[in-house]
Amino acid sequence: MLAFIIRRLLQAIVVMLTVALIAFTLFRFVGDPVNQMVGIETSAEERAQLRQDLGLNDPVVFQFVRFIGNAARLNFGSSYQFKTPVIDLIADRLPATLELAFVSALFSLLVGIPMGVYTALHQRSILSNVFLAASLIGISLPTFLIGILLIFLFPVTLHILPSFGRGDVVHIGFWSTGLLTASGLKALVLPAVTLGLFQMTLIMRLVRGEMLEVLRTDYIKFARARGLSDRAVNFGHALKNTLVPVMTIAGLQLGSIIAFALITESVFQWPGMGLLFLRAVQNVDIPIMSAYLLLVALIFVIINLTVDLLYAVVDPRIRIDARTA
Amino acid sequence: MSAQAPVPLADEPQRRSRLAAVLDSDIAYSFLHSKVTIAAAIVALVIIAAAMLAPLIAPHDPYDLRTLSLLDSHNPPAWLTGGDARYLLGTDDQGRDVFSTILYGSRQSILIGLMATLFAGCLGIALGLIAGYAGGSLDALIMRAADIQSTFPAILIAMLIDGTSRALFGEQRNDQTVFWVMVLAIGLSFWVQYARTVRGSTLVEKNKDYVLAARLIGIHPGLILFRHVLPNVVGPVLVIATINLALAIITEATLSFLGLGLPSTEPSLGTLIQIGQKYLFAGEWWIAIFPGITLAALVLAVNLLGDWLRDALNPRLR
Repeated sequence: MLAFIIRRLLQAIVVMLTVALIAFTLFRFVGDPVNQMVGIETSAEERAQLRQDLGLNDPVVFQFVRFIGNAARLNFGSSYQFKTPVIDLIADRLPATLELAFVSALFSLLVGIPMGVYTALHQRSILSNVFLAASLIGISLPTFLIGILLIFLFPVTLHILPSFGRGDVVHIGFWSTGLLTASGLKALVLPAVTLGLFQMTLIMRLVRGEMLEVLRTDYIKFARARGLSDRAVNFGHALKNTLVPVMTIAGLQLGSIIAFALITESVFQWPGMGLLFLRAVQNVDIPIMSAYLLLVALIFVIINLTVDLLYAVVDPRIRIDARTA
Repeated sequence: MSAQAPVPLADEPQRRSRLAAVLDSDIAYSFLHSKVTIAAAIVALVIIAAAMLAPLIAPHDPYDLRTLSLLDSHNPPAWLTGGDARYLLGTDDQGRDVFSTILYGSRQSILIGLMATLFAGCLGIALGLIAGYAGGSLDALIMRAADIQSTFPAILIAMLIDGTSRALFGEQRNDQTVFWVMVLAIGLSFWVQYARTVRGSTLVEKNKDYVLAARLIGIHPGLILFRHVLPNVVGPVLVIATINLALAIITEATLSFLGLGLPSTEPSLGTLIQIGQKYLFAGEWWIAIFPGITLAALVLAVNLLGDWLRDALNPRLR
């Protein structure tokens, strides 16, 4: 088990270093950092001085090591657009994105799992077919189109729910939350549904597939033969065994929810990290781009690592495979 | 599906036609017995044909600024009050006929989707073949790169490549480069799945006798790979390609919607929806909703075709 953990940790570090290399290459070689920081009236000497101060004349390897050292201390330099430290900008917007991501993940689980269970238990019912057809459409519709359709339906046509922004937020220490105000909660509904819909259909199909598999197994047949009630069999035994793989996928999906949040944030002008990154790409604000890249990579690596380790705890076969490999 | 390499050359044409006949009839059978698939094929064909023939059938040329008149802008669809019979689906903010922009826009979306899928396919197949056949450190390098890339969503990688191109080209970014940057960005973000599949089948194929025979008579490894191994590993790739076509179209539309893709002078469906989003609140829903419906129908149809192709080629998965 220890060897397995160490191997996975090493892999995670390699991934982070690779991403750091890409981020560093972006920062250092795409566009000239000095040109981005100074105005037109800056003289050549001042530019040379700044170049020296920033350490851009040092060997590239030193610069890379320094870049990693700075990144580890959360120092990503200053944004070219706003002239403020990137980490402040991100810290300011992180709560908005995380709240959106968690609420939509919760939505997709709370709606997706019951729908999946229902379609598995009542395979032939009309409602199941409606759910399945809807899920196919949900997978085919791009996120931004779902958002626009929802905006068209609720704020524009029915004049309920706000169509942009975060509503009123309450500041608790460094964290700003919209979950404690009525307008904040209202503003959260449409973005969370938009972002969660794709994951919801995914979870529904997954639960349905797993549940159908489990219902075919011998221990379920035996449980029925013992005369256990339908409810005990379906929920006590079948659902419980369905949820292990579902939790894994849902965990892995959390990362893509955070990444895909940027589309939803753009549709609803949600003041999160994704919108910040989007503006950065449009304005070639490389420090923000590389910081966002590293941050998303870190989130992904942590989630993958946690899921892998949890899986190894739950499923002994993986531990043994890892030992022999 | 398990086509062995044609060892005796004389038999080759006959074998191939017999194989094609069996394949055709199987696939034709499952095709004709699925109403949904037939409907999807018709929808996809209509949209693709209309898009490709856009210059011939579009009532207006949205790129020809001389024919546009701002007096005609923001017209609702023809059947609503204030609608103009010349503009079936209404006009946008520049007075462009929405129906014509949809035709031209679908053309952009489909072309970029096809090119990106082709590029991703070629890259992924080549890397997969090399990784599977060469093995060793080259294999490890390619597959670790694939692992790292697959931890990130494709759209993020495409955005990053697009952002890099902005920094590199600066002001010289014109419409033509944007088209190819999109193809490159989307193509590069989708190669992993092809590479993994092809590598897997190559590992199986390379130990078979026909490869050994080809090596023994001294055929160049590159030739073995592309002439003999490739035809035997390419089957599953078709399925991936169909599903990826839908994904590529979605990715392009998303990038364009986010303002990172095609400009409003040469819009794709995503750009059209982005333009229309601004006017949604003014009640001018047709500018965004019609391109949206087209995009959704196209992607849904391609997805359904992909699902059907997967089931038809792999009966075991059904």
